[in-house]
Amino acid sequence: MAELVDIAERVLGLARDNEQVEIYAVHDRETEVRAYGGEVESFSSAESQGVGVRVVVGGRQGFAWAGTLDADVLAETMADARDNAQFGTVDEHAGIAEPDGVEPALLELFDAALLDFATDKKIDLAIELERLTLAADSRIIGIESAEYVDTVHEYAIVSTAGIRRTGRETGCFVSVYTLAEENGETQNGFGWSVGRAPAELDIERCARESAERATRLLGAKKPSTERLTVVLTPWVTAQFLGILGSTLSGESVLKGRSLFADRLGDLVAPEFFTLVDDPTWRDSYTATTVDGEGLATRRNVLIGDGRIERFLHNAYTARRTGTRSTGSAVRGGFKSTPGVGPMSLQLVPGTATQPELVAGIDHGLLVQDVSGLHSGVNPVSGDFSTGAEGLMIRGGALAEPVRELTIASTIQKMLLDVVAIGGDVEWLPMSAAGVSMVVADITMSGA
Amino acid sequence: MTTGDRSSHGATLLDESVIRSTLDAALRRGGSFAEIFVEDRRSSSAYLDDGKVEELTSGHDRGAGVRVVVGETTGFAHTADLSPEGLSAAADAAAAAARGGGGGVRAVALTRRPTHNASTVRIFPSEVAKARKVELLQRADHAARASGPAIRQVAANYGDSRRRILVANSDGLLAEDQVVRTMFSVSVVASGDTGMQTGRESAGHTVGFELFDTYQVEQLATHAAERALTKLRARPAPSGSMPVVVGPGGGGVLFHEACGHGLEADLIAKSASVFAGRRGEMVASPLVTLIDDGTMAGEWGCFGIDDEGHPAARNVLIQDGVLTDYMWDHLRARKEGRPTSSNGRRQSYQHLPMVRMSNTVIANGAEDPADIIASTSWGVYVAQLGGGQVNTATGDFVFGMLEAYLIEDGKITEPLREGNLIGNGPQVLGDIDALGNDFAMGHPGTCGKDGQGVPVGDGTPTLRVTAMTIGGTAA
Repeated sequence: MAELVDIAERVLGLARDNEQVEIYAVHDRETEVRAYGGEVESFSSAESQGVGVRVVVGGRQGFAWAGTLDADVLAETMADARDNAQFGTVDEHAGIAEPDGVEPALLELFDAALLDFATDKKIDLAIELERLTLAADSRIIGIESAEYVDTVHEYAIVSTAGIRRTGRETGCFVSVYTLAEENGETQNGFGWSVGRAPAELDIERCARESAERATRLLGAKKPSTERLTVVLTPWVTAQFLGILGSTLSGESVLKGRSLFADRLGDLVAPEFFTLVDDPTWRDSYTATTVDGEGLATRRNVLIGDGRIERFLHNAYTARRTGTRSTGSAVRGGFKSTPGVGPMSLQLVPGTATQPELVAGIDHGLLVQDVSGLHSGVNPVSGDFSTGAEGLMIRGGALAEPVRELTIASTIQKMLLDVVAIGGDVEWLPMSAAGVSMVVADITMSGA
Repeated sequence: MTTGDRSSHGATLLDESVIRSTLDAALRRGGSFAEIFVEDRRSSSAYLDDGKVEELTSGHDRGAGVRVVVGETTGFAHTADLSPEGLSAAADAAAAAARGGGGGVRAVALTRRPTHNASTVRIFPSEVAKARKVELLQRADHAARASGPAIRQVAANYGDSRRRILVANSDGLLAEDQVVRTMFSVSVVASGDTGMQTGRESAGHTVGFELFDTYQVEQLATHAAERALTKLRARPAPSGSMPVVVGPGGGGVLFHEACGHGLEADLIAKSASVFAGRRGEMVASPLVTLIDDGTMAGEWGCFGIDDEGHPAARNVLIQDGVLTDYMWDHLRARKEGRPTSSNGRRQSYQHLPMVRMSNTVIANGAEDPADIIASTSWGVYVAQLGGGQVNTATGDFVFGMLEAYLIEDGKITEPLREGNLIGNGPQVLGDIDALGNDFAMGHPGTCGKDGQGVPVGDGTPTLRVTAMTIGGTAA
């Protein structure tokens, strides 16, 4: 790891006196094993490295990246970023992050056990996952994919402002897409399990749940159109939180793209609704101690007791807003400049289990999965419409399966219509934790 | 300026001797097939938001992926180190998957295929001054803001890339290709009494900077602004099942999701598609002829060779409603003992290829589009679709409507707010009861599958589906 930071420092050494320069260097290793038919379908071993160089000079910003750490290419990348900076618009707030005195959380996100985990064992895990899934139910006819994936992520961020941060994180997950068939009809279900090291993976649960999700949809019909109360499963709630989180970024607010822009302090949800972005939570798959600009990540309450408490900021949006960075600079790898966004969202959980939530609903819908969140939800207008499948709720119990339907409302209205939050927190391979959530007055559109 | 001339832009990506030694290393521990894929991709982009040119970005990616097939197993590794040592290490890693495959040495004789660039590039974007790219952004910003005081925010994005690839494999294939892409997009926010609405417009082709001889950025910006302004007076979309008319160029996403993915041979082989085992059967209305065509010069999903080295092809998938063939990559085709359909694609050298679409189009019909609308008494007209998603195992698919209107008594009337539509692929294909004669290509798209994104195009004439479910909130 010393090597990565040394490389970054060497590039930083090319900075000129009048320039602010930030170097973000990354070294990633990934293994992916896919099983099919009791054999290894594919085994991919990937190693990638690269650097992103940001130069700010005279209030103008330029950026360049390269997918290598070769010395000659790095010099060229620096020159490209410098050249690009000439063409930006002068912005008095432009600039890299200044150290703010906040120390990163003491959190071990690297587990050496992952490095010691032999290739053969990874293969065995993937094959065993497929075997367990096929054995889970007689109606399981096959899988679309069963995979084991692990990653080792190392990074270094150094800058002329005195930022010097390095870190390394491990992560792994298993996932399976299962196919169930009955009476010539096919349904599928997804299962997963995440961890920092393979010992944390629960392949039995992954297999069992994917089989359950697939089989319980068998015989699903298109329902009739009506308004009702829905229970979002943890998997669906997490995706909803991801969209909600994007509306609370300081960048969206500054640029007039947030539907909550003028609503700081307003009640937007029931008082039991508290939404936190906390990348320092170890259990989160996307936990990290340092943000995309090298500042310490921290726990930020976005919606507290139903009121909007805070928007997320990186150094730039904070400067423009006249506040401090919340340590929320996010980067999509070394190929882009830092944006602003949540890294690890979670709702403060209630206590009810999902069956208890269902038991309190006379007529409703359990939403097992949604599709088309990217095409039917507009986080600027708040319009919310997605494809969905799940089970009807009748008299407090799960009833017949339904599919080929949509659920629709608006983000603003859904927040106000939240009836209950469950206690079944679940960490998923995404930047939000899942929990069951009950929302009233949703339009279910079908036949 | 050159015309699609490879030689003017440097020599081959990798020497033949290095290719040969890498393939040898890959097969050292056995295996029936080895391949090396080399990629060199340079890109530049410029982004304007909130009235400011926020940044220009330059990027350079270069590396190679090596795959080895042993029995049913594929081993894959990639490296950014194109030295003989770096490639040999990647070949070793890929071959490591060949457990117990038995060793062997095979001499590979390579036959270099003639290079045929799919599209003609007149002005290489790398030779255009950055200031000119920035100027496009500012022109778009001004034009969008000039569309009315309700326009509150404008973002404009310029991007270009030049991707060179070389593919060689143990069957003796050696081929190279270069694809240049240039794109521009504008996103607008308008604000009114009913809140905020957004509008977007984009253009992208496998051409160079001459893209802007065809497209005026002011026009793209004005279109985006109009979309946002129109939606300020939009009413909530209806809910329930009703007829849907999709405008020209708009329906491509529908077919991409309704049946495109379901015709990919990798999903077929795993019975994860409702179209498995249905070749020769009527799977759509007789009006429907569906073609996947990687050869359409200038279109977003066009290429000279696919990412397995095979020349782009035009494949008829559905002819007059009858399923004629699936789409194939090398691996699936080899198992079936048939040629590939040149649909083996990958996001980059860091990815394994798989079956992917290129430009997916519906052949022109015969009806006047005006008649199709006039003969619809009640329903929804979708002028621009957003993205979509499909569950190939069940056939259920959704797509978003970015610009849509009510149809009342045969006339397009009020604008509708955004939402998804949902349908079932085989059902919807059968329910197409009208096809216009106004074929047009849609917008440049990125298709995602198993975490890999590749550029795709689509196109359709105006068409009508007798019933789809609209995911609105109104009764």
